[in-house]
Amino acid sequence: MTPKVLSIIETAYRATLEEQDDTTVWFLHALKGAGSPQTLLLRGNAVNYAVRSQDASGLAFGARKQTQPPRLAEDLSSISRKGVTVLLQKEDVERLGLSRDQLIPEVELVGRTRIATLMDEHDLVWWF
Amino acid sequence: MDAPTLTFLMMDPPYESARSTTALRLVDAAIRKGCNVNVFAYEGAVSLSFAKQAPHANTVHGRDAQQEDHPNPKDWIAALIAAAEKGGRKLDWVNCGLCIDERGVAEAVPGVRRGSPADFWKFVESSKNTLVIPTR
Repeated sequence: MTPKVLSIIETAYRATLEEQDDTTVWFLHALKGAGSPQTLLLRGNAVNYAVRSQDASGLAFGARKQTQPPRLAEDLSSISRKGVTVLLQKEDVERLGLSRDQLIPEVELVGRTRIATLMDEHDLVWWF
Repeated sequence: MDAPTLTFLMMDPPYESARSTTALRLVDAAIRKGCNVNVFAYEGAVSLSFAKQAPHANTVHGRDAQQEDHPNPKDWIAALIAAAEKGGRKLDWVNCGLCIDERGVAEAVPGVRRGSPADFWKFVESSKNTLVIPTR
């Protein structure tokens, strides 16, 4: 039986400028492509990945300009289109003062009290 | 008045946290403000200037290597060294030699040299100020 995986990202923006994406989101893209059923839960500051208006462009060191900055919200939309359910912990969205209309439409907000149930619904839980 | 010199100690390896990019932003700002800058790269930070870093295609982004235009940290460091030279300043980047040996990353981009904690102390003694950016 193929195990269902709940992946949780809590620490945000780890080397996203160097990598031009979030390494865990990228990893899950690849795992989904390899046939792994995935649910992604973003909590903590990582809920900010779903904000449509974020813009990381403009980085330059000396004459070296970054032409492909990370587009984290687009990467979430893309992984959602691949069939990965993307969840945000509602309390963290509220803590950051974000409103639903600031977020990409593909994400679903879940309350903290639902997380234990979510874990129970999956065979594996990976906390990145 | 002579240009002030600032020293930075970095410890984080590339591709792991936001601290490395932030440190390079500070170095960039210092150079733009006319400072000479010393960097002592300690532990994982010696890999920041490793010359064999290579850009790659990104299938998740749907871009080939050229389109992805992945800026490896070694390129950022080379660009900062060039920017300092262009402005008549110096970015003196020293990698901890033992840390290099442990990791097998001896090949660095031009302008980066091998040294020891004694070099860091010399930097400190000759600098207006020193900022240590450790791993967490």
